Amino acid sequence: MIIRFCINGRDTELDVRGDERAVDILRERLGLTGTKEGCGTGECGACAILVDGRARLSCLTLAAQLDGRDLTTIEGLGSPEAPHPLQQSFAERGAVQCGFCTPGMVVAAADLLARDPHPGREAIREALSGNLCRCTGYSRILDAVHKVDER
Amino acid sequence: MSAYLPGTLTDLWDLLEEADTAVMAGGTDLLVRRRAGKCAGRICCLERIPELRGVQEEEGVLEIGATTTLTDLLESATVAARLPMLHQAVRQLGSPLVRNQATLGGNMCTASPAGDTLPALYALGAQAVLLSRRTERVLDVAEFIAGPGRTALEPGEILARVRIPLPEPNAVQHFEKVGRRRALAISVASLAAVLRLDGDVVRDIRLAFGSVAPTVLRCAEAEAWLTDRTLTADNLRHAAGLVRSAVLPIDDVRATADYRRQVAGNLLLRLETYRP
Ligand SMILES: Cc1cc2nc3c(=O)[nH]c(=O)nc-3n(C[C@H](O)[C@H](O)[C@H](O)COP(=O)(O)OP(=O)(O)OC[C@H]3O[C@@H](n4cnc5c(N)ncnc54)[C@H](O)[C@@H]3O)c2cc1C
Ligand code: FES
Ligand code: FES
Repeated sequence: MIIRFCINGRDTELDVRGDERAVDILRERLGLTGTKEGCGTGECGACAILVDGRARLSCLTLAAQLDGRDLTTIEGLGSPEAPHPLQQSFAERGAVQCGFCTPGMVVAAADLLARDPHPGREAIREALSGNLCRCTGYSRILDAVHKVDER
Repeated sequence: MSAYLPGTLTDLWDLLEEADTAVMAGGTDLLVRRRAGKCAGRICCLERIPELRGVQEEEGVLEIGATTTLTDLLESATVAARLPMLHQAVRQLGSPLVRNQATLGGNMCTASPAGDTLPALYALGAQAVLLSRRTERVLDVAEFIAGPGRTALEPGEILARVRIPLPEPNAVQHFEKVGRRRALAISVASLAAVLRLDGDVVRDIRLAFGSVAPTVLRCAEAEAWLTDRTLTADNLRHAAGLVRSAVLPIDDVRATADYRRQVAGNLLLRLETYRP
């Protein structure tokens, strides 16, 4: 089936199969490999993307469901030249080690900040509770989100 | 396999006439099972049918559309104010990422013994409104859930909405879930309770336990024993004994049956905190 959506500000049209998932078309057809697939079953959050402004698991979303939606992936939040404040803060505060979890963490944090611009640590911990990190032990990630406005 | 996104109920009924078609709401159960090789076949998504989503209050009853997401429920002021036990149960279900897409109807239709919204729905006396092309029927949630993983849904029928009579504002609503760790924890045992107190005397009480039997367990023996008695530690301890003999827990990777039986009784003791 043909689906149309806006991804990272660009209108896109794609012919997808019914069994393709959102994460498959992002990575394999659109070359947006910033979105990661860890578990494929909703438990790690590495595959999170924004759909109409809300974080969603792209491993548990069919490509067909993207029809008519507005998507933002980690690539659309910011670029190396013009990073999103969260991306900048993660880099500066050592919240990234292997980086596998980072795109999902940043996307989940962006969803939180859109609704609650100055969250406390407990709210941040809760908002990121579906994102697993095997490397950092989380405290630098919490810091990076908490102090995103500070320089 | 094909995927469909009907925008109206009429289109949905046509699609459901074809063999081998599963409906999907948030996909957080269905797509996980599908990945494990189960339930191949056509998928019909309910997310674009406006009648199936949203929260509405009418004459003391809250009607919640089946495809209302758990995040929508958490953000509903009425749910927070009038159904705090459901709010608490949802807040502890999965992670925010899961809740952004998982739906109340999906949690009910999965009919898992550990389904976290179910004890609250049993204790609140919720009803399921089932819809097909030609019929509408209303079942108590206890009839809707036919067994572990089974519902009363017939082919061509969907869960359209859930009706919850709002308890009176001064009724006590309590929910507690014991799990292994907070985020993503599948519950080991949970208790949802609604009670009305007259001083410290229990007048009406409904107790629904999750994860301690093949389906949610309403403990009539403990309810009857506590009615018209004071909410004291001694009385609760006696009732907890009745709970422990009523539950039918299983051993699994998360907990042994004995541990679940103990916890189920202990959960009841917590109600003492509501004693005035
Ligand atoms: C990481 C993770 C953590 C989880 N943690 C928990 C937890 O802590 N507690 C818990 O209870 N659950 C948990 N779940 C399970 C799941 O998220 C919930 O059961 C959720 O509410 C299912 O809703 P859904 O809309 O995603 O259902 P779907 O996957 O879309 O559907 C589930 C089933 O119900 C049927 N169905 C859905 N809607 C309807 C309808 N309106 N009419 C007829 N049939 C319908 C589908 O055909 C399917 O068989 C978790 C899942 C994941 C992936
Ligand atoms: S890959 Fe989607 S949650 Fe792990
Ligand atoms: S930095 Fe490696 S998983 Fe988080």
